Amino acid sequence: MGWRLTLRPYLLIVPALLLTCGILYPFGLGLYYTLFDFSASKPQPDMVRFENYRAVFTQEAFWNSAWVTVLYAVGAALTETVLGVAVALLLYRSSLLGRVLEKILILPLMIAPVIAAIIWKLMLQPSVGVVNHLLKPFGLGGVQWTDTPTGALLSSIAVDVWVYTPFVAILALAGLRSLPTSPFEAAAVDGAGWWYTFRRLTLPMLWPYVLVAVIFRFMDSLKVFDIIYALTEGGPGDSTVVLQIRAYLEAIRFQRYSFGISYTIVLWAVVYLAAMVLVKHLGKIQRKAAEVTT
Amino acid sequence: MDTHVHDRRRFLALAAGAAAAPLLTACGAGFGGNDDKSDGSAADDVTGSFDWKREKGTTVKALLNKHPYTDALIADLKSFTEKTGIKVEYDVFPEDNYFDKLTVDLSSGRASYDVFMLGAYMVWQYGPPNWLEDLGPWMRNSSATGAEWDQADFFPNLLQADQWSLKAGAPLGQGGQYALPWGWETNVVAYNTELFKKLGVKPAETFDELTELAGTIKRKAPGAGFDGMYGIAVRGSRSWATIHPGFMTMYARNGLKDFTVDGGKLTPAMNSPEAVAFTEDWARMVKRGGPPSWTSYTWYQCSSDLGAKKAGMLFDADTAAYFQAVKGASPASGKIAFHPGPKGPGGSLATNMWIWSLGMNAKSKKKSASWLFLQWATGKDHLRRSAIAHNHIDPVRKSVADDAAYKDKMRHLPGFLETFETVVDQTKIQFTPQAQFFDATTSWAAALQEIYGGKGAQSVLDGLADDLAGKVG
Repeated sequence: MGWRLTLRPYLLIVPALLLTCGILYPFGLGLYYTLFDFSASKPQPDMVRFENYRAVFTQEAFWNSAWVTVLYAVGAALTETVLGVAVALLLYRSSLLGRVLEKILILPLMIAPVIAAIIWKLMLQPSVGVVNHLLKPFGLGGVQWTDTPTGALLSSIAVDVWVYTPFVAILALAGLRSLPTSPFEAAAVDGAGWWYTFRRLTLPMLWPYVLVAVIFRFMDSLKVFDIIYALTEGGPGDSTVVLQIRAYLEAIRFQRYSFGISYTIVLWAVVYLAAMVLVKHLGKIQRKAAEVTT
Repeated sequence: MDTHVHDRRRFLALAAGAAAAPLLTACGAGFGGNDDKSDGSAADDVTGSFDWKREKGTTVKALLNKHPYTDALIADLKSFTEKTGIKVEYDVFPEDNYFDKLTVDLSSGRASYDVFMLGAYMVWQYGPPNWLEDLGPWMRNSSATGAEWDQADFFPNLLQADQWSLKAGAPLGQGGQYALPWGWETNVVAYNTELFKKLGVKPAETFDELTELAGTIKRKAPGAGFDGMYGIAVRGSRSWATIHPGFMTMYARNGLKDFTVDGGKLTPAMNSPEAVAFTEDWARMVKRGGPPSWTSYTWYQCSSDLGAKKAGMLFDADTAAYFQAVKGASPASGKIAFHPGPKGPGGSLATNMWIWSLGMNAKSKKKSASWLFLQWATGKDHLRRSAIAHNHIDPVRKSVADDAAYKDKMRHLPGFLETFETVVDQTKIQFTPQAQFFDATTSWAAALQEIYGGKGAQSVLDGLADDLAGKVG
């Protein structure tokens, strides 16, 4: 009887242990490969220890990609948050129209990002694309959207915003609907204006929901590949080569496996650190929101 | 209590050990992968008289790229099965994903596919890690190869393009035969005859004339009834595929090299004063008469713009124009003519080419049957049928190119046969063979985009050369 009781806790953790191994095994293997100079031209590699990481950090291309990745992630996450919250507020105030629009709003989320990028690639085409056609009456018909470095980056962010703003909006809307009504009623009795109520009540209580959306979107944007690759392939020049695209090119196209994996490990570390900071921040914000509610 | 703690520690240690064991085993095995390679070729196992039915009942697995040449092959597969009793199963992928699929598959070391399509450039990437079967021993073995296959019937430059010694910088035409030419493409200028007639212009004979002509078309075509038409369609996406058609053809016609080779050491040469001047000229031509949104242009866009009367000219593979020129294929069909394109200084018509080749997986367990398939697919009968009844144009075999029925079929396309005959002997791979080809040309395309965007050609190409110098050699 005694051994059964002793064994039970260990048996209960077996599924979790298997799952953890399933996650850690490929990750560990990838990490291990980065210590070698494994490539198509060197299938019998030597142990080079941290040489791949040294090579990554001393490469100008890495810093360019890191900068582009940060610009993209911050630009996309910030825009999606602002727009998403704004859309949620509009939908929340207009209940009938809100319900109809809510259904439409979710459509971009149902499209694979790579397909969305291809649709936008066609729409942004300078001569036959619908965007320039619509801008023509305003004298802006000849814009070459993805032919300049700034244009390519902004166009990529715009596609990301188109796809994922509904995600933030839906999350924020769910948050708005779950807020207690009594603080708002009290504010209304006291004659508080819309802006004051929004700043002092709505936003502080809504922040935990918004921050969850920001965490998801920021982490996802740091790892972006599909939208940019389908829209610009990383061009013009290296202007939209984010870390994921660089890793893909190195590992798959150029077959420098260890070097490519090193890029992804560095990216993983960045995403992990960013997520840790944001999650820690989320806890603080949740506590503040609870104070406002009470 | 102590015992409990001890048990937990022991359990965790055992669990960690159990988890780490396959990890370490796999790590060791992951790098092995080449232990079943034998020194002799499997071709030596084939003895006796040649027999098409030798592998009757076998199934060969093929990986194919979506292409009109592939359509012609698939349409004729029944005749192969009737002839050999070998069944062919195949997967077809679009070109955007095809090479990634093939690369991943070959690098896995498995024999998922016995045979596949590839280009000559891929030999430089897939050859050094021993992923490709050397077909030389199969070709030389009269028990494995029928007399009617007739190696001498191939255009020599095409057969040589798939031969390499696997040494960076070593010329093609030496060493193993790592693939067989099956269908190819030469890079020429195709143009809209209706437009040229209305504007009263002729195809350009020099690169300066081509630049001028592209600009003229962009300016004048809308007034001549071709709304939204620009001068010349050339590729511009950030991909190796941007460099190899029109750009590399004109680069080579100017006598320029991608690398110089000295004692087996490669030195990037795309930043020489002449190369910088040419690259600037190319970017200027694109700006003056190229497509809008050029940096996203692949051959699909270039080809369809010519067919849709959006481009007055196309400097790309002849097939890209051919598929728009055939009757009923596009609004411009029947109004597309072919020209060898501008000559370089001294009248050079050096042309870069693309060869769709067929190769065999070195790990294939069905090499004998695979060789029969390759022999049939690159044989006279199939290629003749494909050229005449389907759209497998640009024959790799002289007998098909000289065939009266083939010529009759192609004659209705103005200038096609004359252009083909003019450039065929001067068409070859103009790049220096080396395993970092895809890195070098993708970076080169990115550099070209930057120059097009207004950056100084000398500094951009110096940066490119510096970067590549550390990678090749």
